[in-house]
Amino acid sequence: MGRFLLQRLAGFVATLVAASVVVFLVLEVLPGDAAQVMLGPEAPAETVRALAHKLGVDRPPLARYLGWVEGMATGDLGTSYAYDTPVGELVAPSLALTLPLAALAMTLNTVLGLTLGLYAASRHNRLGDIVVMSLSQIGIALPTFWVGILLILLFAVALGWLPAGGFPGWSAGFWPALRALILPAVALALVQGAILARVTRAAVLDVMREDFVRTALAKGLSPGAALRRHVLRNAMIPIVTVLGLQLSSLLVLTIVVENVFSLPGLGHLILNAIANRDIVVVRDAVMLLAAMVVVVNFVVDLLYVAIDPRLSLREP
Amino acid sequence: MPRTCYAIAAAIAIALLPASGHGEEKKDTLVLGMILEPPGLDPTAGAAAAIGEVTHYNIFEGLTKITADGTVAPLLAESWSVSPDQKTYTFRLRGGIRFQNDEPFTAADVKFSFERDAAESSTNKEKAVYADIAAIETPDPLTVVLRLKQVNANFLFNLGENTGVILEPKSAASDATHPVGTGPFTFDNWVKGASITLAKWPGYRDAAAIKLDRVTFRIVNDPAAQVAGLLAGDIDAFPRFGALDSLKQFQGDARFTVTVGSTEGKTILAINNKRKPFDDVRVRRAIAAAIDRKAIIDGASNGMGVPIGSHYTPNDPFYIDLTGRSPYDPAKAKALLKEAGVSLPLKVTLTLPPPPYARQGGQIIAAELAEIGIDARIEMVEWAQWLDGVYKHKNYDLTIISHVEPRDLAIYANPDYYFQYDSKEFRDIMEKVNTTADASERGRWLEAAQRGIAEDAVNAFLYVLPQVTVAKKGVRGLWRNSPIFANDLAAVSWQ
Repeated sequence: MGRFLLQRLAGFVATLVAASVVVFLVLEVLPGDAAQVMLGPEAPAETVRALAHKLGVDRPPLARYLGWVEGMATGDLGTSYAYDTPVGELVAPSLALTLPLAALAMTLNTVLGLTLGLYAASRHNRLGDIVVMSLSQIGIALPTFWVGILLILLFAVALGWLPAGGFPGWSAGFWPALRALILPAVALALVQGAILARVTRAAVLDVMREDFVRTALAKGLSPGAALRRHVLRNAMIPIVTVLGLQLSSLLVLTIVVENVFSLPGLGHLILNAIANRDIVVVRDAVMLLAAMVVVVNFVVDLLYVAIDPRLSLREP
Repeated sequence: MPRTCYAIAAAIAIALLPASGHGEEKKDTLVLGMILEPPGLDPTAGAAAAIGEVTHYNIFEGLTKITADGTVAPLLAESWSVSPDQKTYTFRLRGGIRFQNDEPFTAADVKFSFERDAAESSTNKEKAVYADIAAIETPDPLTVVLRLKQVNANFLFNLGENTGVILEPKSAASDATHPVGTGPFTFDNWVKGASITLAKWPGYRDAAAIKLDRVTFRIVNDPAAQVAGLLAGDIDAFPRFGALDSLKQFQGDARFTVTVGSTEGKTILAINNKRKPFDDVRVRRAIAAAIDRKAIIDGASNGMGVPIGSHYTPNDPFYIDLTGRSPYDPAKAKALLKEAGVSLPLKVTLTLPPPPYARQGGQIIAAELAEIGIDARIEMVEWAQWLDGVYKHKNYDLTIISHVEPRDLAIYANPDYYFQYDSKEFRDIMEKVNTTADASERGRWLEAAQRGIAEDAVNAFLYVLPQVTVAKKGVRGLWRNSPIFANDLAAVSWQ
């Protein structure tokens, strides 16, 4: 187990180092610079040069890369060009939106997907199964942003129950802030939940065909008890894999949803920073996303071992 | 069973309604929509129009004020006189004014601000205006004398732009994140990426006249989200509304008022004048003749917008209508191309930045150019790419862009500007425009300047961007036109 953890930790660091190089190089070849974007087309070249110098974007690439890595290692994330604010002060409030949003969406997704998937599997080839599978087929086909727009039209414009977008901040109180996250979370969860329901159903059905389930049933266990005691645990490996992938993709999908709902989350921050060529913010935020995805994968690996201890003994 | 469901849903809807912003009680707060978030809040350090939309006249004030109709009025200066040679301006400042951090406003602040704007490290977009001040004298705390190196007929107008606002020395360095000015509203809160809130400043010289207690600027990029925010009642007014395709919906809705005014946005099909074959005036004239302005206004701007024939708008002084010089005439365009010896089809690229006027207008222009044998390949770019490729490196054939700076004919006098128009004759005309003191004589030169670039077909001049405002019924005092980018909140109230 110790060796397993060490291997994973080394992988974690290597992934982040590789990501930092890729992120830096990609942003390096991106045409356009922050000073020009901030000053716009009417500004004289001399003013643009003065600003570029002030921002430090006229330093050589290697110096900037090393400065960045050193800053990250010492906890100094740098200062945003566009906002003239430390990056930490921009990222922290955006995470305070994106993480609860992803968590809320993930919870809804898990409840929805597992419930519907198990229900469909238990009703295999009967009406309930067919209805759930048809609905989930539609759910998979819908783009998240479009679901978001439909939800706004129904719940914000027609019914007026929830805000159409924007985020008052947690300082405005728990309920007003949560209200702003409900529709975006539902938009994310509907599509992801449809995927999860199908995966759950297939995984459960696969396991139900196994010999040990037949044995369990043959020795007189009720179908419900067999499902709880033997099927679920064995079906969890593919389900946890998909849940891990979904959590990673939810973090990325929030970019789309945040745009539809005008939410100032991490995705929104990255998108605006790219448009402004606010490279300092883009690279830190992207690194943070990369780190989160790596951590999610790491947790999924740990869960595998918890579900099936045999895995930790296997040589990779 | 379904009937019960509907009943429950209706009950919940009624229970939740008052909480969702449909209430009648809020008459002293306002939520304004805006499309782009400002990068920082110091208009003397960054160029984005959004900075002025939030801060100008609300937090910061200048010596002069550009009013809703584009004329110059007193603001922090209560009066001024100009020397006969137009090079010395003497301003009498308003007395008894304080900054929002309780420092008094005096001539020393004016001197400080303008010297800061002209400094080597200044990133003021209009740095040239302040670098052109030879000396600033402050004979007493309420008098400022500015001596210019050369005549600048736009000087009082320039001082009224957001780049000319007066800052307070102790707070100037932090104005980008925490602005301090002399205006009726103070900076309250900025939720990055979402909203900026201003609060009424009780210490303002005329605080009793200010009707709004709190104003929130809500940042909404996405056109669909702009529509939804207004319909759901989350946003009270959207000055510079972006979802023009959805305008009909609001025009037919009794809860809203829609006004269509004008901006200073001169929308042009810019031509790279140094690239072959566009260095031939006949080819540029052919392009101008191939374009049907009405079709573009209908297709890219929902029929709103005034056609122009030069780089000048009907709001500007001494405007002349030159659209008749380049009417839509494909036959003439083909003849011009033939005369210029261009082999057809001529392959060019048409670079389009993100605004809808460019993306939609580009499709129409490409189709119109195809009619005369010019095969325009469309290339979509984002804003930073446009600034880098087209504007900075001049690596383009044709592009569509709206120049929103007021009275910016002088850009045609700079041969290094991205359309690379190099005309000694035009530069001489602009020299006269800039240095002629007599108003009517200067007017004649302004007319000559408009005519000069129209004759040379430097670019194809399309139309003036409309300013469309959608507001809830009852919101009063928003500017119909945008002579500059500002939201003068002191004048805004609920009916």
